[in-house]
Amino acid sequence: MSTLLEMSGVSVSFDGFKAINNLSFQIGEPEMRAIIGPNGAGKTTFMDIITGKTRPDEGRVIFGEKSMSLLGMSESQIARAGVGRKFQKPTVFEAQTVRENFALALKNPRSPFDVLLHRKTPAGADRIEALAEQVGLSDQLPRMAGELSHGQKQWLEIGMLLAQDPRLLLVDEPAAGMTPAEREKTTDILVAAAQKHAVVVVEHDMEFVRRLNCKVTVLNEGSVLAEGSLDHVTNNPDVIDVYLGR
Amino acid sequence: MLRALLTVLTLLCLPAAVLAQDLQPLLQENQAQIAKPSRKKVGPVLDALVGSGLPQAQEFLEKWQGKEVYQRQEDGLFFYAVKGDGGLVLTDIDSGETATIDAKAMKQIKPNGGVRKAIGEALVQFQLSSPDLTRRQEAVTALARNLDPAQLGALEASISGETDAALKARKEQLVTYLTARFGDTPETRIAAINTLSGDIRVETRAVLSQILTTKTLSTQSQPDANVAGTLSLPREEAYALLVETQDLPAPLTNDVIRKALEANIEGGKVAGVSAASLNTIAARNTAYDALAASGKAPARVSESDITQALATWTIYEVYEDPDPAVTAAAKAAQDAVNTKVAVSQTADLALDALSLTSIYFLAAIGLAITFGVMGVINMAHGEFIMMGAYTGYVVQLFIPNYTVSLIVALPLAFAVTFAAGVAMERLVIRWLYNRPLETLLATFGVSIALQQLAKNIFGTQARPLTSPGWLDGALVFNDVIQISYIRIAIFVLALLFLALLLFILKRTRLGLETRAVTQNPRMAASMGINPDRIKMLTFGLGSGIAGIAGVAIGLYAKVTSEMGSDYIVQSFMTVVVGGVGNIWGTLAGASMIGTLQKGIEWLNPSNTLAAQTYMILFIILFIQFRPKGIVALKGRAAGD
Amino acid sequence: MTKALSKTFLIRHPSTLWVLASLGLFTLIVSVLSEAAGTGLISTSFVKTLGKTLCLCLIAIAMDVVWGYCGILSLGHFAFFGIGGYAIGMWLMYARTEAIVAQNLSANLIPPTDSEISDAIATQIFGVVGASEFPAIWAFSHSLTLQLLMVLLVPGLLALVFGWLAFRSRVTGVYLSILTQAMTLALALYLFQNDSGLRGNNGLSGLQNIPGFEATSQAVISLAFFWASALALALGYLLFAWVTAGKMGSVIRAIRDDEARVRFLGYQVESYKLFVFTLTAVVSGIAGALYYPQAGIINPAEIAPIASIYLAVWVAIGGRGKLYGAIIGAVFVSLLSSYFTGGSAPDINLGFYVIKWTDWWLVLLGLSFVAVTLLFPGGIASLFDKLARKQ
Repeated sequence: MSTLLEMSGVSVSFDGFKAINNLSFQIGEPEMRAIIGPNGAGKTTFMDIITGKTRPDEGRVIFGEKSMSLLGMSESQIARAGVGRKFQKPTVFEAQTVRENFALALKNPRSPFDVLLHRKTPAGADRIEALAEQVGLSDQLPRMAGELSHGQKQWLEIGMLLAQDPRLLLVDEPAAGMTPAEREKTTDILVAAAQKHAVVVVEHDMEFVRRLNCKVTVLNEGSVLAEGSLDHVTNNPDVIDVYLGR
Repeated sequence: MLRALLTVLTLLCLPAAVLAQDLQPLLQENQAQIAKPSRKKVGPVLDALVGSGLPQAQEFLEKWQGKEVYQRQEDGLFFYAVKGDGGLVLTDIDSGETATIDAKAMKQIKPNGGVRKAIGEALVQFQLSSPDLTRRQEAVTALARNLDPAQLGALEASISGETDAALKARKEQLVTYLTARFGDTPETRIAAINTLSGDIRVETRAVLSQILTTKTLSTQSQPDANVAGTLSLPREEAYALLVETQDLPAPLTNDVIRKALEANIEGGKVAGVSAASLNTIAARNTAYDALAASGKAPARVSESDITQALATWTIYEVYEDPDPAVTAAAKAAQDAVNTKVAVSQTADLALDALSLTSIYFLAAIGLAITFGVMGVINMAHGEFIMMGAYTGYVVQLFIPNYTVSLIVALPLAFAVTFAAGVAMERLVIRWLYNRPLETLLATFGVSIALQQLAKNIFGTQARPLTSPGWLDGALVFNDVIQISYIRIAIFVLALLFLALLLFILKRTRLGLETRAVTQNPRMAASMGINPDRIKMLTFGLGSGIAGIAGVAIGLYAKVTSEMGSDYIVQSFMTVVVGGVGNIWGTLAGASMIGTLQKGIEWLNPSNTLAAQTYMILFIILFIQFRPKGIVALKGRAAGD
Repeated sequence: MTKALSKTFLIRHPSTLWVLASLGLFTLIVSVLSEAAGTGLISTSFVKTLGKTLCLCLIAIAMDVVWGYCGILSLGHFAFFGIGGYAIGMWLMYARTEAIVAQNLSANLIPPTDSEISDAIATQIFGVVGASEFPAIWAFSHSLTLQLLMVLLVPGLLALVFGWLAFRSRVTGVYLSILTQAMTLALALYLFQNDSGLRGNNGLSGLQNIPGFEATSQAVISLAFFWASALALALGYLLFAWVTAGKMGSVIRAIRDDEARVRFLGYQVESYKLFVFTLTAVVSGIAGALYYPQAGIINPAEIAPIASIYLAVWVAIGGRGKLYGAIIGAVFVSLLSSYFTGGSAPDINLGFYVIKWTDWWLVLLGLSFVAVTLLFPGGIASLFDKLARKQ
């Protein structure tokens, strides 16, 4: 297991409020990591920094074997470098079909001229079928994404994340609004992905985190409070104090 | 009839009764020039009249100038006369006795315009010391208009007796001007010039530049004149000047060469060359030189001739005034004046910019509220400004007193556009929240309709919105810095609105609720605030302010159905440049755009279109570097 | 290969086939009824109006791609249209004046020099603004080829630079609209100046006289331009249908709906927007270059911001996000506008008030625009869709 992403000494503040405070974080490839923390702990901002949406005031974010810094890169460059993100609120393209949504996410050259001259390939179609199968949307491919149920949109979003074939998957609350069976399936998909790639899951649901059976990082007030197995962190008095005890 | 005859007899005897201090003898000495005066020869006569020191002289000059002097045919005596019943009523110049006489016996003296002007100048000297203040003021004004060295003495003499302090100061000022330009000795002139240093009045600047008038002088030797400097002109211009002044041969234009060639075509050939081949300048020159060599045309001035002429002749700029000491003093004074003028101009420019800033602020602040609070672009904002202005116009139709009508128009304009804004919000905008581009288009539809409606009602020509008398005129600091009262009023209005809006948004319940709705509508709703009501009121407020801005703008610009579209783009720029959702941002945006526009206009005063073009280009570039405006909200609150 | 591709493309996109077929039929009918080639039932001036309408359709579909598909509400595309018109107008005016000047100077005993010719042309063209020299921007006006290149390059480069600046700094939504409007306004104000080098508010005129075809009647010329406009519209439609149909269409519609999300999928949104903005600008320039020789005159007022807003109105009324919607809107609104404002529409006498259409048409248009935005966001084209679905 080699280090894929390394954040060190990252701080960011909005109008004087320190959302992230001297945060350091590492994840290897392959690895599964869960991030928990109370509201306002900086989980979303943490993901925003990695994906390039928010620029930190100080600190370093290093990615990959060549140790490239993500800080000078745009969102799309970071995504092309191999960072995929699933948003908390499903954001699929509702005016397009499920198939088109998958096709958009599919790992292919992203420049306008490549896209303009892109021709559909049997391999691509097969990949879409396979992904749809995996997230249980095989029957829905020709439908408009906007017509899907909330849960189906969640699945589509997960499918699109997998379609990008990223090296680092950032998954924000994947289990929200899912049935127990669906949660199990989500767990399976994420665990499978973590066999090859790095997966970071932000989740409130402790049961879900427990099922992931991985190292847990607890964030509080923008920095790491504790790190280790779930049992280890849940026994940490600080964690109990700020998060579980209340 | 008998009585008339008697009077005539009496009048006939008048010459006998001439006294030592009578004017008539003096007039008779100059009889020919007084009866038939000419501009060239009347000078000595006027001098004699003024020099006589006789009190009647002034009245005579006035009557002479007013064509009220008549000459009796039989003996050549002069009388004042006016037409009356049964003939002319004569008045004796010295005694003031009157008589009526048949008009045929008299000849009216009609001096021509030039002579009347000369008489007027002579009169000035009487008028300067006249007991009547108005007369004295008129005389001083006339003198100031045309500074004449001959009047320096009279002016100086009148100062000691001057009772009016302001007029006395003015007279002293004019004496300084006259001394500076025409003083007897260089010392007195330099002293007068030195007192003018740093005085930025237009008159003073004119006096100094008149002292410093230059002419060009081309010479091959050291110039015998008060040299201001050598003049370096472009080659062609320099040579043209030498052609003009030194009788050097003029270079031939291509046109002249062509005509000469055309005149010498013989059998399709000029000087042995085929005419058809002469389609380049070089070919024509060669042919012409051949023509000149055969003596059929004057030779061309070659480039080397020109070079040589320019090498031997030097072109100087020399002062008309021969005294270097005087011109040096004047130059120093002028430099001091120019420095001060530049400072004043900057101050004046700043005032202009401030007034434009307040206009943009007024026009944009309503938009800033609706855009900032609700994220709604109201393309009809300009038409609300127009509605406000037309409201002011209609009120003036009913209330003729401009002050009262203005007092009525301001709240009424607010009410009208407030209602229009609320109606538009209810009918159109609230269905389109979260679809800002469509709001833009729908409000644009409203804008087209309102504009055409106004055209249908009020016609296409501009309607006046007259400001009350106390807003006429300008506050004058000096000859450079001044600002009209209307602009001051608009500035005050803008300040009032700034204060009022800050108060509403920061200190009132409505402001609190508005901010709550802006920042988090759902949270606000859950706390019992009705977002619909808040949005409606905010939109009404923004539109109402547009109405008031319309009245203000209408006071100094024309009220037309298209006036809104003149302000809409600028208003958007103001809001965007300043930063959305912040009154201070709008103020900053208005200041920047106002100052910038004035600055660019100052750099390129002849072309306001270009100024606007450059300003828009600047704004486009500015937005590249600060996409969120000058006063930008940061972080999550910025909503991205 | 290409043929097979386009064949399958057309079969997969029947609406494109329908539009092209109707356009072909329409061209045929107009030709048959025109004065030049047929019965003369359609006057030459009406052929010109129809030809101009086709050009407006072309810019309308460009607008639809940039706004309806990519979500950039550009209020500046008429600027590119105008630039195209100016670019071709410069050659038309130069070449025609050159012919006239050559005619005048041929009477001279000595043949004119090159500079005499160019001075005479400049005096003819710029006399109205008190100038007699060619500004630098007329450097290529003698050459049709170069000037045609300008039709493509100037709008393209302007759009490229402006778009690069705007998209790079992530100016979006209404901000971008206002910025494009500012660009148009700046251009119009610049052109209004007498020393802009393009004859100030006189604009360029006499563009209907095509150099080299002095002997040809306007009836024939108008029909030729009508055909050219129809061909340009057909090609433009095909181009845009192809661009919007495939994966490119999918990406740009995704950008319209959620730009940030597309970025997180790894697409460089700015490049796509720039591509669409520039491509549509070039097509708008071509449309303008075909429009103004039919109009005969171009002046800066044509570029005023209001024109670009009307363009948005056409597309909105016709139906956004569907190419044929833009065509319907442009035809419907521009023909209705010229009918109502031309004075041929009958007044309505209400007894107490006479409604004159020349006065009230804009009020009606403005209000119906509000109504369409509120009630039929899909525009007229959505009615077609409903009909098609019922069948």
